[in-house]
Amino acid sequence: MSEASTSTGNGDAKQLLLAVNNIEVIYDHVILVLKGVSLEVPEGGIVALLGANGAGKTTTLKAVSNLLGAERGDVTKGNILYKGEEVQNLDPNQLVKRGVIQVMEGRHCFEHLTVEENLLTGAYTRRSGINDSLELVYSYFPRLKDRRTSLAGYISGGEQQMCAIGRALMSNPSTMLLDEPSMGLAPQLVEEIFERVKKLNEEQGVSILLAEQNTNMALKYAHYGYILESGRVVMDGDAKDLAENEDVKEFYLGISSEGRRSFRDVKHYKRRKRWLA
Amino acid sequence: MTAEASTAGEAGARSPLSGLTGKWWFWAAVIVAVFAIVGLDVWGLDEDAENHKAILSFLGDGLVGFLKAVTEPVALFWLKLGFAIETSMTGLLVGVLYSLVALGFVLIYKASGMFNYSQGVMVLFAALTFVGLTEYGIPVILALVMAVGVMILFAIVVEFLILRHLVNQEQIILFMATIGLAFFLEGFGDTIWGSNVKKIPLDLPSGAMDWLTIGDWNVQVQWLDISAAATGAVMVVALAVFFNKTRIGRALRAVADDHQAALSVGINLRTIWIIVWSVAGIVALFAGIVWGAPSGVQFSLSLIALKALPVLLIGGFESIPGAIVAGLIVGFGEKIAEVSWGDSLGGGIENWFAFMLAMVFLVIRPQGLFGEKIIERV
Ligand SMILES: Nc1ncnc2c1ncn2[C@@H]1O[C@H](COP(=O)(O)OP(=O)(O)OP(=O)(O)O)[C@@H](O)[C@H]1O
Ligand SMILES: [Mg+2]
Repeated sequence: MSEASTSTGNGDAKQLLLAVNNIEVIYDHVILVLKGVSLEVPEGGIVALLGANGAGKTTTLKAVSNLLGAERGDVTKGNILYKGEEVQNLDPNQLVKRGVIQVMEGRHCFEHLTVEENLLTGAYTRRSGINDSLELVYSYFPRLKDRRTSLAGYISGGEQQMCAIGRALMSNPSTMLLDEPSMGLAPQLVEEIFERVKKLNEEQGVSILLAEQNTNMALKYAHYGYILESGRVVMDGDAKDLAENEDVKEFYLGISSEGRRSFRDVKHYKRRKRWLA
Repeated sequence: MTAEASTAGEAGARSPLSGLTGKWWFWAAVIVAVFAIVGLDVWGLDEDAENHKAILSFLGDGLVGFLKAVTEPVALFWLKLGFAIETSMTGLLVGVLYSLVALGFVLIYKASGMFNYSQGVMVLFAALTFVGLTEYGIPVILALVMAVGVMILFAIVVEFLILRHLVNQEQIILFMATIGLAFFLEGFGDTIWGSNVKKIPLDLPSGAMDWLTIGDWNVQVQWLDISAAATGAVMVVALAVFFNKTRIGRALRAVADDHQAALSVGINLRTIWIIVWSVAGIVALFAGIVWGAPSGVQFSLSLIALKALPVLLIGGFESIPGAIVAGLIVGFGEKIAEVSWGDSLGGGIENWFAFMLAMVFLVIRPQGLFGEKIIERV
C-alpha cells in the first residue's frame, strides 16, 4: 500500500493546509469503512479523490467536515489537521467558521427557499461583507442571478449544482470539499462547472478537495490525485502522472492499449492484485 | 420557467376516492345537486314539476329528509344575517387562537421532525407560571417577562437533556420523549404552583361592542375576543416576518428543508432547536393567558392542544399558512355548526366538530389543505 507522499501540488513547496493522517472510520459502531486513509491538501491546491462506488470518498470528505456525526459515523483512529490544528472533534459549524466547507453529493439545495435565500444561508456564520460575497457568487454564476427568486427545487440540476457551490462560497471558505459535482449532469455542463471551480481556485485562492467518479475530468483540473479502493488509498501522484498511468487508464478511464473498454469488464480481483501486490 | 424547469407533484398517500375527490368540479357538482334537490323540496320552488317528483320518489324520502334536516338550519341561520355575522366573528376570533396553538406545533415539527405532545401542557405550565408569579406580588408586566424567561429556560433544558441525545432517532422515539415531557411538566407545574384554579389578574377588557346593525339585529362583538384576536394576529404576523425576513428565520426554514445541508453550511442545530422551543413556549404562554382569562387557569387548559390537532390535520403538519387558515376554519366552522345543529343534536357540537372535519380532510386530502408541496424534478 502506498503512503501519501509529502511532496504534493506541482512540485513546489506550498504550505500544507489540510492533512488527513491514517484515519479509520466506523459507522454504527460496527461497519468499518475507512481503513487508514491519509492525504494532504496544500494551500491553493486542487486535489482529487478518485474511486469507484462505495470506495469511501464521501466518507473521507465527511470525516474532514465532521458531517459524519449526523450519520452515526465515527473517526476511531488517526487525526485530521487543519492549518496545524487538530480538528476532528470540532462541530461542522466551527469548521465552517475556520474556512472548511463541504458541498454535499447530490447538491442538497434548500428546495423551498429561493436561490438567493439559499445563498444567504451559506453566510449564516458571517456578520459582514455578505452583500459583496453575493455579488461575487453572481459574478461567477450569472445564471444564478437570473434565477435568484426561483425556488431552488424548481431550477435545473446544473443550476442546483451552481447554487450549492455558490452557497458554500458565501461562507468565504479557504477550503472547499466538493463531493461529485458532476453527478447526473451533461458533459458540457460538467465542463462548465469544473471551469468555474478552477477559476475560483485561481482567483479566490480557494483550495479544493474534490471527490469524483469522473476520473477523466477530475484529473484534467486537479493538481494531485489519490485513488481510493475499499477504504484504502491504493495510489497517489501528480494528476498528470495519474492520467498517464497505464493502470489508471485501464481501470478508471476505461482506456487500454486495445482501445476503449467498458468499466464493467474490469475484474475486481485483477485490480487488487496489481495494486496491492 | 424554461423547459428544463420542473413540475410539482402532489404529496402524500392517496385515498381510494381521490381520483374524483381531488377534482374541484366534482365537489361543485355534488354541492349544486344537493342544493338543487333540497331547494326544490324545502322551499317548494318547483312544487308541481313532474321530474321533481320523479327524483324525489327515486331517492326516497329518507335521503331527502336527512339532507333537509342537515341543510335547513344552515340556510335558516344565514337568513338571520345579523346574527350570522356575529356568530361568524366570534368563531373567527377564537380561530385565531387555535391558529396560534397549532403554530407552536408546526414550528417544532418543522425544525426537529418532532410531534410535540407536550405543547398543551406547555400552555398550562406557562400560564400557571405567569399567574403564580403575580400571586407573589410581582407586577404583571414583570411577571410576564419572567414567564417568557422561564419558557426560554425550559427550551434550553429540553435541548440539553433530551433533544441533543435523540439526534437521528426514529420519529416514534421523539414522540415518546415528548409524552414523557408532558407528564413531567404537568407534575412539575402542579408541585410548584399547586393545582387550584387560578384567576388571571389582568384587567382584560370586558363587555361587548356594538358593531353594526342589520335589520333589527345589533351585531355585537366581545371586547375580550377582539383584544385576544388582535394580539394573536400581531403574533402571527410577527412570526411570519421573523420566518421570512430574518437570518435566523431563514436558517429555521433551511433546517426544516434539509438537516444535513443546514449542518454543512454551519447552521448550529442546537441553537435552532432552542429558538424554536422558546417561540413555541411564548406562543403557549400567550394562548394560556387568553384562554385562562374567562374561567381561570386550570388543568383543562392543557386540553386546548387537543383542538390544535384537528387544526394540524386540516392545515398540514408542515405548513405555517395552513395552521393559520385551518385555525380560522375550525373556529368559524364549529360555531356555525353549534348554532345550526346544536338544538337538534342536543348541543356540544363545538367539542367534536373539529375532529369530524379533520376526518373528512384525512380522507379527501391527507396532506392537509396546505400540506408541503413535494418538489419532484423530472
Ligand atoms: N451512514 C452509513 N452507515 C453505514 N454505512 C455507510 C454509511 N454511509 C456509507 N456507508 C458505507 O460506506 C462505504 C463507503 O461509502 P461512501 O459513500 O463513502 O462511498 P463513495 O466513494 O462516496 O461512493 P459513491 O461514489 O457511490 O458516492 C459504502 O460501502 C457504504 O455502504
Ligand atoms: Mg460518494
